[in-house]
Amino acid sequence: MTTLGTSGLILNEKLMFEHSDPGRKGYSLPPLDVPAVTLPAPLVRNEVPGFPELSEVDVVRHFTRLSTWNYGVDSGFYPLGSCTMKYNPKINETVARLPGLAGVHPATPEHLSQGALKLMYELQTALAEISGFSAITLQPAAGAHGELAGMLMIRAWHEALGNPRAKVLIPDTAHGTNPASAALCGYEVVPIASDGVLSAQTVAEHMDGEVAALMVTNPNTLGLFESEIREICDIVHAKGGLVYCDGANLNALMGIARPGDMGIDVMHFNLHKTFATPHGGGGPGSGPVGVTKALTPFLPVPVLTSGESGYRLDYDRPQSIGRLRSFFGNFGIMVRAYAYIRTMGAAGLKHASEMAVLNANYVRARLEGTFHLPYPNRSLHEVVFSDRDLAGDCHTLDLAKRLIDYGYHPPTIYFPLVVKGAIMIEPTETESQETLDEFCEAMLAIAVEARDTPGLLHAAPVRTRIRRLDETAAARKPRLKWEG
Amino acid sequence: MEFPEELKYTEEHEWVLIEDGVATVGITDFAQDALGDVVFVELPEVGTVLEAGKSFGVVESVKAVSDVYAPVSGEVIEINEELPDTPELVNTSPYEDGWMVKIKLADNVELDDLMDADAYQEFVEDEE
Repeated sequence: MTTLGTSGLILNEKLMFEHSDPGRKGYSLPPLDVPAVTLPAPLVRNEVPGFPELSEVDVVRHFTRLSTWNYGVDSGFYPLGSCTMKYNPKINETVARLPGLAGVHPATPEHLSQGALKLMYELQTALAEISGFSAITLQPAAGAHGELAGMLMIRAWHEALGNPRAKVLIPDTAHGTNPASAALCGYEVVPIASDGVLSAQTVAEHMDGEVAALMVTNPNTLGLFESEIREICDIVHAKGGLVYCDGANLNALMGIARPGDMGIDVMHFNLHKTFATPHGGGGPGSGPVGVTKALTPFLPVPVLTSGESGYRLDYDRPQSIGRLRSFFGNFGIMVRAYAYIRTMGAAGLKHASEMAVLNANYVRARLEGTFHLPYPNRSLHEVVFSDRDLAGDCHTLDLAKRLIDYGYHPPTIYFPLVVKGAIMIEPTETESQETLDEFCEAMLAIAVEARDTPGLLHAAPVRTRIRRLDETAAARKPRLKWEG
Repeated sequence: MEFPEELKYTEEHEWVLIEDGVATVGITDFAQDALGDVVFVELPEVGTVLEAGKSFGVVESVKAVSDVYAPVSGEVIEINEELPDTPELVNTSPYEDGWMVKIKLADNVELDDLMDADAYQEFVEDEE
């Protein structure tokens, strides 16, 4: 048995405020060589309450120690399903730090920013080719922001036809942010049951002239391909509705199938999932949106175009939903995604999808005799188990905490909601068979522990700096402020 | 697991107590057990008019966030003011102190759609 987790030289660290000592400072200024003046009283704040006073080494050690408590995809396996914690190749960082890209000011005039605009244009073009859409906006700052952009365009399209319509259909296997995005655009959300894969018949039963759109996630949050998607799109279109696809799981399809070809009208990408840009606290994210030709008049301004006079930012778009983000979106993230696409090439992107699917199915095959698989359909890039067969009154949370003792970040738990006690594993394409085997051995060992020594699971984690936290008390009685 | 005889139940795991044309509504023992520790409850304002089958509030536990659906149509005449500060009442006393809203019934006919205790117990056993 391989156990990555150890308790080594892990240093405790106080809050900055608790380190503070009056008069300590981390700077030294040269002697004053101009006459001293006194600022007018209204400009002077008498005190800044509570700011810690620290030396340089205090500050450096503080943050360095905190960083040693972190766990990231550079530390180890991170199978957080749905979130797609894929490894970020370091060449992306090298490219993003090139001075001409890192130092470019967003207010630089158009004719002096042609290089940056060219990169953005080529990224748009690549995303359009990968997804099968006519046009792309790079503006949205993250996935849910992309959803908002997409739903605003859908609403604008219906309004241009005279009726914004009232409802949006969302299956129970869609991403959790979808209902919020629809509601923000003034739509009533109608949840529809899917039984794992959404059936065309169910959509037909709910479809009427007041449905503005169907929002699907494909592959869905169970990691299953929506195999009736083509027929579903036809049904929605026949009643004058549009189909929105949450593209968060595009990493299972890129290079193999194109949502635009399936009849989808609008889709957002998560560059921080599919295209290996930093994720979570390491972000920011980026959520470009692809649309069909019919929806291009509604794209947010400015729209980046290419012509004889070079690359231009077009603000003259009378039907646009307007500007969604200051300047042009998270440019540094676009650079990283561009670097990833160019490094991988078309064949490489396709291979990444294949490996992501293969890895998820490998984990599935190794664990399915031991862990209950609520949906037996073939998995794509992630696989959802449940805690039904876990012995010893052990539940998903206990398994997740015990995995920490084995040195693994736990998978996503209790999501999607359609699976009771869900354990959602997404290994991503970069993991080797050795890593997957070690993880699976840990999972199988924990299942044996649950049967023979369930106390180990109930007490877990025991090898961490801090033991199991009281999540209930933290949520019910949160302490959000330091009081000295 | 308790299934009080005097209550009616929905497939979404709400319970209803009907007294003098007023329906008191909460979530069942089964529902609170499945959710786990409840940490937040969002209720409608008094005066809101609810439609049977539509969501009227939200229950959040450490595991999940769930909508709560109105078992009957009518106007909200009282809400449980204790729940925002002590959501744990939903766990410790789902059928009494953990009640959520009182609804002035708009239509008595809808009551026929609700399950009695035996039918609900059977429904829950099927779900498991």
